[in-house]
Amino acid sequence: MVRNLAIKTLSMVQKKLKEDQEDDSFNRKNSMPKKEPEDIKLEVKDLSFFYGNVQALKNINIKIPSYQITAIIGASGCGKTTFLRCINRMHDLYSKNGYSGKIILYPDGINIIDKKVDPISIRMRAGMVFQKPNPFPKSIYENVAYGLKIKGIKDKKTLDEKVEWALRASALWEEVKDRLKENAYSLSGGQQQRLCIARAIAMDPEVLLFDEPTSALDPVSTSKIEELILELKQHTTVIIVTHNMQQAARISDYTAFMHLGELVEFGRTEKIFTNPSNKLTEDYITGRFG
Amino acid sequence: MDTVFEALGIIAVFLVMTFIFAIILDLFMDGLQRLSLGFLTSYPSRFPEKAGILSAWVGTIYVMAGAVFWSVILGVPAGIYLEEYARKNWLTSIIEININNLAAVPSIIYGLLALGIFVYRLGFGESILTGGLTLGFLMLPVIVVATRESIKRIPQSIREAAYSMGATKWETVRDHVIPYSAGGILTGVIIAASRAIGETAPLITIGALTFIAFLPPSPIKADFPFVSWDSFVEMLKSPFTVIPIQMFNWISRPQKEFHENAAAAGLVLIALTLIMNSLALFLRYKVRRRIKW
Repeated sequence: MVRNLAIKTLSMVQKKLKEDQEDDSFNRKNSMPKKEPEDIKLEVKDLSFFYGNVQALKNINIKIPSYQITAIIGASGCGKTTFLRCINRMHDLYSKNGYSGKIILYPDGINIIDKKVDPISIRMRAGMVFQKPNPFPKSIYENVAYGLKIKGIKDKKTLDEKVEWALRASALWEEVKDRLKENAYSLSGGQQQRLCIARAIAMDPEVLLFDEPTSALDPVSTSKIEELILELKQHTTVIIVTHNMQQAARISDYTAFMHLGELVEFGRTEKIFTNPSNKLTEDYITGRFG
Repeated sequence: MDTVFEALGIIAVFLVMTFIFAIILDLFMDGLQRLSLGFLTSYPSRFPEKAGILSAWVGTIYVMAGAVFWSVILGVPAGIYLEEYARKNWLTSIIEININNLAAVPSIIYGLLALGIFVYRLGFGESILTGGLTLGFLMLPVIVVATRESIKRIPQSIREAAYSMGATKWETVRDHVIPYSAGGILTGVIIAASRAIGETAPLITIGALTFIAFLPPSPIKADFPFVSWDSFVEMLKSPFTVIPIQMFNWISRPQKEFHENAAAAGLVLIALTLIMNSLALFLRYKVRRRIKW
């Protein structure tokens, strides 16, 4: 039973890898450089996180590779989302939260969770897409241009170009190019989520954090978002939290499995899904709990 | 039991409606014949058929403009601060309870407060400035509460979206919190104003006159630069009357003709509040359609 599922997952992963090689067209269209995939983008050292007195993350150590998709899986309440929100310092919005340890962001090697580091500067470099689509109740154009405007870009032409680029890169341009002035809430749920992705990538983030981005969407919208995430790794390092193990297997290069605030196992996705070294990981991916 | 309660309910609704219609009908029967352009463009007079409400409605507009100005520039920032910036602790809870209670303080108390502070201590006199400040303070708690309620309706996910793009707190408030709550705040302002426009007691307390046969100097001029600061200050300092005080004055006279004038002024006042309330309703409907979370 376990073996059957494992073989099925492996063949899925292989098929996906093949598709990756074939689909290089997006990369050629764009000017952004493709880097060697094996560089380390984020190095997490002994990261612990506390909600008041409750410890939600326990000594996490992980090296997230650049220009790859890293999936974080695990049962509800295991700390996946908490971990993700450490990376862009979202926890700073609420008092009584505390970090310890380090998250080193390369190439410059700054410690993201250092108190002296301005969370604003981190959030400009690490974009986030949330569980439920949360566009601003403004026009489609304004949604995408917002981040650029607060970055201080005023030139109309630069903004227009950047908005078009981001909407094309998020596969939304053809659907919205004639209605950029319309309110973002006139879009469907899946389109809204792609708009949120466009809004995030317009900032040229070095890291893009996805917090269960398809859990509120139908299967068709989900597969569109997944295709999009696969293309995005040409531009940026992607970390995606997901409930859906098939999704992790389909799109990620690396997978981290978390359990009760601890990182149980981290490795190449094929390895985690076919030959996990930890019993807990195996139990989770074969559906014995979770 | 159900049918009994239903019957009682229907009777209650019927009585309420009858009562309201009776009042309005009575006003119409007494006042409609006096309602004319001349009534709106004449000063009060000893002769009831010549008397009008020009100084009263102009005074109402000046005083209400002041009241809206003061209550908005104090109430909206206070509401934003309490909702977005203040830490939630015992002090903010006490402030919150007090603001909610202020809304229930009888309006004549505001009049006494204004008489002590604005008229005597600060020496503003029985002026339009004092009237605007008094009614402004009366509206203040309602506006603080409306601002907070309206801000509370903005989902946290929208703020998180803004912060995740690298917006500062001020940018989030300026670009998201204020614009998305503006419709609700405006509705609150109009509702508060439509209550304040009919207030009589606090204005009588601060010494608003009941007989004014002139208009305050207009700050708007025919020639460049079209506004005059000196006239504006003169206007703020000038004595005033408002529609409900004019009505109060007329109703306390023995002649029946003056009572008809009061009814006609009442119709104007009701029309003003109805217009304001429907504007609030329209705005609320429009904003709800534009923003759905």
